[in-house]
Amino acid sequence: MPLSSTLRPLIVLALISVVAMVISVSIGSSAMELGQTLAVLTGGGTELQQTLILDLRLPRTLSAFATGGLLAVAGALMQVLLRNPLADPYVLGLSGGAAVGALLAMLAGVAGIVVSGSAFAGAMLATLLVFGLAHGTGSWTPSRLLLTGVVVASGWGALITLILAMTPASRLPGMLYWLMGDLSHAGTPAPALIILVLVCLLVFPLGRSLNVLARGPMQAAALGVSVRPLEWLIYLLASILTATAVTMAGSVGFVGLVVPHMLRLVLGNDQRLILPACALAGGGLLVLADALARVVIAPEQLPVGVITALVGVPTFLYLLYRSR
Amino acid sequence: MTDLTTSELIIDIPDRPSGQPLNLSVEPGQVWGVLGPNGVGKTTLLHTLAGLRQPRDGQVLLDEQPVTRMKRKQLARHLGLVFQDRQDGFPATVLETALIGRHPWMMPWQMETQADVDLAEQALEALDVIHLRDRLVHTLSGGERQRVAIATLMTQAPGLWLLDEPTNHLDLHHQVATMGLLTGQAAAGHTIFMCLHDLNLAARWCDHLLLLYPGGEACWGPSQSMLVPAALEQLYGQKLVTVEADGAPVFVPAR
Repeated sequence: MPLSSTLRPLIVLALISVVAMVISVSIGSSAMELGQTLAVLTGGGTELQQTLILDLRLPRTLSAFATGGLLAVAGALMQVLLRNPLADPYVLGLSGGAAVGALLAMLAGVAGIVVSGSAFAGAMLATLLVFGLAHGTGSWTPSRLLLTGVVVASGWGALITLILAMTPASRLPGMLYWLMGDLSHAGTPAPALIILVLVCLLVFPLGRSLNVLARGPMQAAALGVSVRPLEWLIYLLASILTATAVTMAGSVGFVGLVVPHMLRLVLGNDQRLILPACALAGGGLLVLADALARVVIAPEQLPVGVITALVGVPTFLYLLYRSR
Repeated sequence: MTDLTTSELIIDIPDRPSGQPLNLSVEPGQVWGVLGPNGVGKTTLLHTLAGLRQPRDGQVLLDEQPVTRMKRKQLARHLGLVFQDRQDGFPATVLETALIGRHPWMMPWQMETQADVDLAEQALEALDVIHLRDRLVHTLSGGERQRVAIATLMTQAPGLWLLDEPTNHLDLHHQVATMGLLTGQAAAGHTIFMCLHDLNLAARWCDHLLLLYPGGEACWGPSQSMLVPAALEQLYGQKLVTVEADGAPVFVPAR
């Protein structure tokens, strides 16, 4: 595939993402004209408008973009790793581990950075647990990894229910919002954005190897791919991406499953194109979903996970129905 | 130019005694056929030769280097393998599938060039699947997919071609066309080493044969000396009738 035909869809997706971000920072409890928004973004506007956009809405919008991008790339990587179209960033129990970490911190009555740290620790613990168990005494195969992940995930599910049952009613809403994915406590977006950009730069040269790996490990090995190191690397990268996203926004569903599939239906299966496209489309989608989540029942906010599922499910089903 | 030799090679088939070690010497220009009944280890042998499986004992040497110590990418420039069965993973077109064969020749950041596409299209042309160029592979028939797989190997362009039942699923004409293509590649200096189920295709197109017996014994050598009806009957545990047709012996199973 020539470079130009790779770049064109990426440029289109990048433009869409920028438009989504401008829309996202313009709307909210006090809506702003597009001209005013652009003026603020280029350094003008009143002090109030500057605070509103640059200090409140822009960080949240960038967090949404980073979260969506991370989840979509992680989903695309997991689908290649497990050679299973149903794989998503959470399939191996990562979000369960993160949720248990976060909820335990909330149950203990702490907030903010401790909850995030605890969620990240939970996600990485879940990763190591699944990987260690799936490795077991024999070799690990995608189906063994998948089964181990699914079983461990139901274990986390039981723990989550247990924690919710033990929690005083006054603390329940915060926990439920976290479980459905919520960007209102996302914090600074910079680390997640940096991780997203770094991983995209790293996986681009790996893209063709991933294309070969999608045809099965034996075929990949026969075509010169060092299969085992590549699989470890993808697993590690996908885990870090997911853990970062979950830490910022709780478990936002459907982005990681739906975005890679939508893009594959439209753009084909070249991972060199799909992975960066996932970062842009996943990011743009979550920015729009978060904007909707802020205005649908304003001044109250919906968890963004509700929107991604409500929008993602019918869109995906329609594309699947229409596909070849 | 790629020389393949095995020294005291014993392939690793679980729960089976080691049997006779193989000391093969396979040279450029030769067409080898591996014959034997089901489950005798033909596929395992091919995978071992390709360095995808550890042998139980002995070594596989490619230009005097052990394959298990070579880098996979380096190895893939010297030898390629057509598998008996394939995973499709995600949908891909016929051209994309053939282009995958260029993988070992490209640096990680390189995109396929027009030269790579030309190579892939020539291979698709040679295997008579160029008209399917933009079709999705999983929508093709078994025989068409088999030809796409061989075209992928041709695009990979290694010196040594290992093929696991290349005529599987092919109709009569394409069986003959494919065997003609493979012997043509051998004449151009490549090495062809394939497992076959069809004794008569082997008798007609292979210049060397390796017979693998169920007990672990093996014998190998030029085809004329291997095509002894008594040895073949013992190989398959099947009475054969030999007739002469089109200038070559034809073996027909007796009732």
